[in-house]
Amino acid sequence: MVIGLLAVAIVFVPNPIALAASGDRHFRIEASSYQYTPEAIQVSPGDHVTIDLVATDVVHGLYIDGYDLSVTADPGQTATLSFIADRSGSFRLRCSVTCGAMHPFMIGKLNVGSNDLLWRAIGLSALAVVVGVWVIRK
Amino acid sequence: MTPIEITRNPIIKATLRNRWPQFVIRVIALAGFVLAIVAGFVGTPVGNHNFGIVFVWIVWWALLMLILVPLAGRSWCAVCPIPMPGEWLQNGALLKPRGKGFGLNRKWPKRFRNIWMQNIAFTLLALFSAVVLTQPSVTGVVLLLFLIIALVTSLIFERRAFCRYLCPVGGFIGLYSQVAPVEVRVKDPAVCAVHSEKSCYTGSQDGYGCPWLVYPGTLTKNINCGLCMECLRTCTQDNVALNLRSFGADLKQSSGHKLDEAFKAFIMLGAALTYSAVMLGPWGELKSAAYSIGTAEWLVYAVTLLGLIYVILPGAFLIAVGVGRTLARVLNPPQGSRESLKKSFAAFATALIPLGLMAWIAFSLSFVFASLSYVWPVLSDPLGAGWNLFGTAGVAWQPYLMSIVPFLQAGVLIGGLGWACVVARRIAAEQQTGRVVTWEALPVMGFCFVVTAGLLGLLIG
Repeated sequence: MVIGLLAVAIVFVPNPIALAASGDRHFRIEASSYQYTPEAIQVSPGDHVTIDLVATDVVHGLYIDGYDLSVTADPGQTATLSFIADRSGSFRLRCSVTCGAMHPFMIGKLNVGSNDLLWRAIGLSALAVVVGVWVIRK
Repeated sequence: MTPIEITRNPIIKATLRNRWPQFVIRVIALAGFVLAIVAGFVGTPVGNHNFGIVFVWIVWWALLMLILVPLAGRSWCAVCPIPMPGEWLQNGALLKPRGKGFGLNRKWPKRFRNIWMQNIAFTLLALFSAVVLTQPSVTGVVLLLFLIIALVTSLIFERRAFCRYLCPVGGFIGLYSQVAPVEVRVKDPAVCAVHSEKSCYTGSQDGYGCPWLVYPGTLTKNINCGLCMECLRTCTQDNVALNLRSFGADLKQSSGHKLDEAFKAFIMLGAALTYSAVMLGPWGELKSAAYSIGTAEWLVYAVTLLGLIYVILPGAFLIAVGVGRTLARVLNPPQGSRESLKKSFAAFATALIPLGLMAWIAFSLSFVFASLSYVWPVLSDPLGAGWNLFGTAGVAWQPYLMSIVPFLQAGVLIGGLGWACVVARRIAAEQQTGRVVTWEALPVMGFCFVVTAGLLGLLIG
């Protein structure tokens, strides 16, 4: 019973950390040989995000998991993607244009607010160990 | 759960005893395997448009790690095309035994009757994986090497020695098949004990002696059973059954824990951690280092990977086991632990089997669903030669289910941790009694928690 309540609390209790006020955020991301620079960007929920994607070697793309948005940049050119960061969490950025051997693994990160899924999952993992101990004692 | 004998159903039994369904699937798999090799050599060098890369490392891998291994153990080994040419020559037949085949039929050397060679083979593949997984020609070479080594091994040694002792894939399939809810077992060991012919091992006119060099009468774990069904065909006493059972039934075995199998668990866990960082992480330098074979950066990557799987993970686990034993000794002085440290280490490593399998499922979920849409163009144009056989050559890349995948990964990893804790608890209970069981198992659970937290950070962080 207690374990169940704890699990429910870990999953559903709102994150108490105060969120920064939303606003306009502008990033320049360079894409080259299987890497985005910077490799991760951090915004707040509700931010109006603008990403300037610059391909420095060959054609690269940028697809955002969870948002299902993408943009493509030709070599030396800048392409712009704008959106409202209305979903919280950590989302992978993936190159959407075949750019070389390691293309399927060209990945970056968009962090919107705190990554509640990660922290709740770690909390549940700790609870799994506690359950293990509890089962032993029983 | 009491095992349910599914071969009690006469249709299922007849289907499994019949060689044709298995043969047809294997021939189709062999055709796909040969096409993957051909595509590797003559197809487009662009990996995600090449049949070899897409069908081996995405389709086959997804099938293997997300479905076959967790649900049906070594079922892939039952239809694997790699040993087929060697088996045909060795047996001198495509189907039923027909007399003498080719080959020296030597026994596998005693000192190598373990999975250390498989551990080394997988480690070698892991070191070069960034290139193997992305370069069609390298995939072609690796697949061809598999075929040649399996063929040569079959001509020198008896039965499926390659599968049992050398195949780098078979090693981890066997380890994780212990989790699967299917097993081939004898119905009544007493029947086997008085059956002098042992046709399941020696063979008969109905089938071959166990190709996996296992005597089914004493089979208690899935790890070395290839689910080939030969014993079902050769048993004259109708004493062999295919059973449905509870998940992880083999993990409840209290004996037979081996160091080579323990290290296989560390290798797989370390590889899952490394691949999650290299392939699914945002660190471009790490990807370049893994890909740039022969450079100083690659050497650092290789040494780090080797250090992680052969030193850091086993070392940390050994410390955890040692701390648990010390706590048990302090809290229960007259008894202490019933096993040596080495035996405890190998036994507790069983907890890493569900943890590792779930780690690989979580890893595979991410890259399989991100890359699955490469399948449609490759189906129509397997060599990247401009064909459009099924009208799907123009289908654009589109990741699938990426909003759901992180939740699935979290659930799978937490489930794996819980399962590992239950296994650790059971192993501690075999070595201790009373409240010290908790203390002996707790450090191992802590190790599993740290690994899980690390994987969560890498995969959904």
